[in-house]
Amino acid sequence: MGSEGKILNVFSHGILVVWGLLVTLPLLWAVMSSLKTDKQIFTSPWGLPSALHFDNWSRAWSKSNIGDFFLNTILVVGCSLIGTMLLGSMAAYILARFEFPGKRFIYFMFVGGMSFPIILALVPLFFVMKNMSLLNTFHGLILVYIAYSLPFTVFFLTSFFKTLPSSVAEAALIDGASHTRTFFQVMLPMAKPGLISVGIFNFLGQWNQYMLPTVLNTDEDKRVLTQGLVQLAASQQYKGDWSALFAGLVLAMLPVLGVYILFQRQVQAGLTAGALK
Amino acid sequence: MQHGKYRFIAGFLALPVILYAVFVISPFVQAVYYSFTDWTGLSSDFKMVGFKNYDWLLHDDLFWKAVGHNVVLLLVVPLVTLGLGLFFAFMLNVGGRGRKNAAVSGVRGSGLYKVIYFFPQVLSIAIVALLFQFTYNPRNGAINSFLDGVGLDSLQQQWLADPKLALWCLMAVMVWSNVGFYVVLFSAGMSSIPRDFYEAALLDGANRIKTFFKITLPLLWDTVQTGWIYMGIIALDAFAVVQIMTVGPGGPADSTQVMGYYVYTKTFHDGQAGRATTIGVAMLIVTLIFAVIVTRLGRRERLEY
Repeated sequence: MGSEGKILNVFSHGILVVWGLLVTLPLLWAVMSSLKTDKQIFTSPWGLPSALHFDNWSRAWSKSNIGDFFLNTILVVGCSLIGTMLLGSMAAYILARFEFPGKRFIYFMFVGGMSFPIILALVPLFFVMKNMSLLNTFHGLILVYIAYSLPFTVFFLTSFFKTLPSSVAEAALIDGASHTRTFFQVMLPMAKPGLISVGIFNFLGQWNQYMLPTVLNTDEDKRVLTQGLVQLAASQQYKGDWSALFAGLVLAMLPVLGVYILFQRQVQAGLTAGALK
Repeated sequence: MQHGKYRFIAGFLALPVILYAVFVISPFVQAVYYSFTDWTGLSSDFKMVGFKNYDWLLHDDLFWKAVGHNVVLLLVVPLVTLGLGLFFAFMLNVGGRGRKNAAVSGVRGSGLYKVIYFFPQVLSIAIVALLFQFTYNPRNGAINSFLDGVGLDSLQQQWLADPKLALWCLMAVMVWSNVGFYVVLFSAGMSSIPRDFYEAALLDGANRIKTFFKITLPLLWDTVQTGWIYMGIIALDAFAVVQIMTVGPGGPADSTQVMGYYVYTKTFHDGQAGRATTIGVAMLIVTLIFAVIVTRLGRRERLEY
């Protein structure tokens, strides 16, 4: 290694480490604050906690309802994800492998939804939901999550199904399998890598969704994690229970960060697959 | 057989298409329709008012203020985010010249950097916004107390409460949460560029900066362009950061008002759903103009490799 390379390496690492710190320090600061007493948060914001006050976490979990928000989110995202993947792959399969009148129209109708600002649709959507008595219900929110996840899911899976060899499906059909059976028993298993990528993308998108529940789901008992936490913050800051707030924030961050660290390769690939097209 | 095929097609498409039409297409179409009405959003009666809302919009100071902020967001946030993303990705992939006798190589531990940089991307923007609301807090926030700790207390600010700073604070958060995504995205693109391109350039005496602009950037251009559109849509939205981080509605002295949030307050606070959808339509137009400009600017000869 020449001296030029050495200096450059030090320089490169220096800059890279600075950004690494900028990313991690706010997160670490939040974790530290979540383990302090309120007094410590104010007197020594950057100091280490004197003792690990995990009672903040349990207070946030039960008294500040973070636990309930979690369960709501798991329910909504679980159902939405299954629905999105099922309906999305069904539509994508048809659009990728069958010829019929109006096919291009349906495809562009789905794909067009990716480029419009959701906030524009949100106001009429609120009233569509109201008229169908779907406001403030879990099933209403699930249907909306599915509908707004379809554009990308259909777009991604259509191109994926196109890459799969058609000979296998044809063989299954000749053997007497119905179209439906061919889809579920032959094509879906073959599409697994694509389903995983788009599944991760949708899971994070739906788990992290904020604007849709904020507008369509204002019932206190039905809040999902993100909106619950934000509303909690608005009310708790006046009460001054900062330690529980930090604890709630950390509790909300830990599961996704944990999942990400375990599956970072798949998560990175799944999320960037969307932009690469 | 043919009959069975069409029944199958209809059976598989029916549910997704209906769901999509009811919850996505119909609201978008209705939004355009409502923008020509005086609908309050509270009652079901309204009448057509022609272009009155659009006329109002042209003369509404707050709307133009919001547009101005969106334009700033649109220029600054993608530029800084993509710039940093390219810079870090280049260092990770080409920054460690001289290792393992290869002419170009990534720095050691580039995988770890990518894992860490990507952290914010998996967090909800709502959670990120909350985290930074705490971080910016003038009394016990991380930033002011850090400045105090290192003896730079003269630099302490009322970050989010200062109309001159609030928008910049939001932009910093948007950059913070998105850079990692582009580092990973551009890294993937850069790693597929053949090594001998760099080696040939180095033999010709090109330095690192030159190789970046002559080789890396042109070959990555398509990805950069897609990234620019993605980032632009995020910058045009900015709903969550504005709603969560700055005192409302729209920050101190409307200094962080953006179109997306203005639509929200017009509907749910002011009861002017008709006008709100007009703002939404304006936002759509800005988005389309932006997309057209980016695609036009980016149209250049495709480089095959």
